[in-house]
Amino acid sequence: MEELKSRHIVTLDYEKCKGCVTCMKRCPTEAIRVRDGKASVLYDRCIGCGECVRLCPHNAKIPSYDRFEIINDYKYKIALPAPSLYGQFNNLDDVNYVLSGLKKLGFDDIYEVGKGAELNSLVAQILLGRGNLKKPIISTACPVIQELISIRFSNLKENILPLLAPVDIAAKLARERAIRRGIKPSDIGVFFISPCPAKVFALKTGMNVSSPSVDGVLAVSDIYMRLLGEMKKIEYPENLSRMGVLGLQWASSGGEAAGVNRSKYLAADGIENVISILEAIENDTLLDIEFVELNACNGGCVGGVLNVENPYVAKARIRQLRIKFPQISSSLAETGKSLDFYSFEKSSEEVDANALDEDRGAAFKKLLEIQKMLATLPQNDCGRCGAPSCKAFCEDVVMGRVAADAKCPCINEK
Amino acid sequence: MDAIHLEYDVDGKNFVSAGSATESVKAQLKGLGINPADVRRVAIAMYEGEINMVIHANGGKAMVDIFMDKVIVKLIDTGKGIPDIEQAMKPGFSTADEDVRNLGFGAGMGLPNMKKYADECIIESEVGKGTTVTLITNFS
Ligand SMILES: Nc1ncnc2c1ncn2[C@@H]1O[C@H](COP(=O)(O)OP(=O)(O)OP(=O)(O)O)[C@@H](O)[C@H]1O
Ligand code: SF4
Ligand SMILES: [Mg+2]
Repeated sequence: MEELKSRHIVTLDYEKCKGCVTCMKRCPTEAIRVRDGKASVLYDRCIGCGECVRLCPHNAKIPSYDRFEIINDYKYKIALPAPSLYGQFNNLDDVNYVLSGLKKLGFDDIYEVGKGAELNSLVAQILLGRGNLKKPIISTACPVIQELISIRFSNLKENILPLLAPVDIAAKLARERAIRRGIKPSDIGVFFISPCPAKVFALKTGMNVSSPSVDGVLAVSDIYMRLLGEMKKIEYPENLSRMGVLGLQWASSGGEAAGVNRSKYLAADGIENVISILEAIENDTLLDIEFVELNACNGGCVGGVLNVENPYVAKARIRQLRIKFPQISSSLAETGKSLDFYSFEKSSEEVDANALDEDRGAAFKKLLEIQKMLATLPQNDCGRCGAPSCKAFCEDVVMGRVAADAKCPCINEK
Repeated sequence: MDAIHLEYDVDGKNFVSAGSATESVKAQLKGLGINPADVRRVAIAMYEGEINMVIHANGGKAMVDIFMDKVIVKLIDTGKGIPDIEQAMKPGFSTADEDVRNLGFGAGMGLPNMKKYADECIIESEVGKGTTVTLITNFS
């Protein structure tokens, strides 16, 4: 896969796309248009939620991720399995089968992302205990949320908990461990096994870190069959799991919030719910809540589009696995790192995908034009023009995204 | 330059759609690149006013005029009116019934918040005829 510089987390299978406008009508940020019968994405508005991948009835939306074979570019390969991976297998009673299977697939070392999650929770407990963070504190483990805040809720930037995502923490610690073992840094390849394309984007672009913490991002769906094949061959798995329930529970919505040990928390999942919670925080109507966990996918990371199992089935399985895990298996003393190690290494870039123009006067004129034009349209939001709503169509015309003389097909018929 | 004029019908007793006029105005202001802190002030005040129309006045209309330097939000209803505006403005004063309180409203903080967040908050009301709340917010 080429390097991801922008938000190109989905590409289109041109042959399969029927121009049915399903994705366009349901995109939560109105980032999709249908031009010449094919869907295209306005990438500066795309937050990577994966809804279009999930919804396309023709499987024409292809999420981005790295091919499994790229692990062979490195001599020493480290796998970072997400906690949600453990919910993808039927009748699994020991996650060491999964981890041993990964080793058989060619990985030299495993570092569970759930362990990074535990460390994140422990640091979050300290930060919340100090009480000087802006409330309500919004978690950032789901990169879609941070994208959404930066393009649409810039008011809430200061509410973001400035801690690295579990996968970044795991990646940094795993790489250090390999170096301590005497591996040449250039030989080390660190790979996340991802439940969603949003993580692909976040990790490839190095969201919140000064340089990307991983060397590649694989899809659960892409490695699933081969992993299953290896797991079936294992008679006695190696004891490789090092995490506890504190990390495991991050797989589904509410798990992260439970880990901060506060009673006044809220956990919302599903992109529409997330947006209404962010609106409520912005309107100051979410009273008496200290910590807000938001996940773009239904059910949390178990609902990621790169997973293979139904989110609720995966969640139930993970719940059953809990008894096999210790409650907590990490401590901050064990890594010996200061809080800085777990914190954002850079602040997120300003992107204003909302503003019609940088200059207020010019933006004002454009909005006037949009309103004027909108008044002449049927306002039925039928989508036949290739824009998700009549207002979006007017915006496209005024912003020059379509020809200035583009016409509404409904009016032309009359 | 002309003002950008927006109009919304606010449904009475519809708690599901309550706040949708505010969301729309917020989106327009963000489109103009208005300072996020100002957008937030407008949103908080307008949301309170919108909810008041839903709860206390069986709905109404929101008329919004956006100028280069300010936004004027008028919330107009033909509901029961406010007998004593000074009393209604007091933090904690509320006539909300049990059902409404169970929904999380009725702390008597709406009008005080509108006054706090908007630069100007003008309330005109006549018992039996209705209420008009005008919120003016200047952009920084
Ligand atoms: N549009 C209106 N029509 C009629 N009465 C109103 C209207 N707006 C406010 N009031 C009256 O003023 C009182 C105070 O309003 P305010 O918004 O401050 O508090 P509240 O709506 O009762 O509670 P909260 O806003 O905290 O949920 C209300 O209880 C109601 O009696
Ligand atoms: S949902 Fe979108 S990508 Fe899929 S066929 Fe329809 S228009 Fe094309
Ligand atoms: Mg009120």
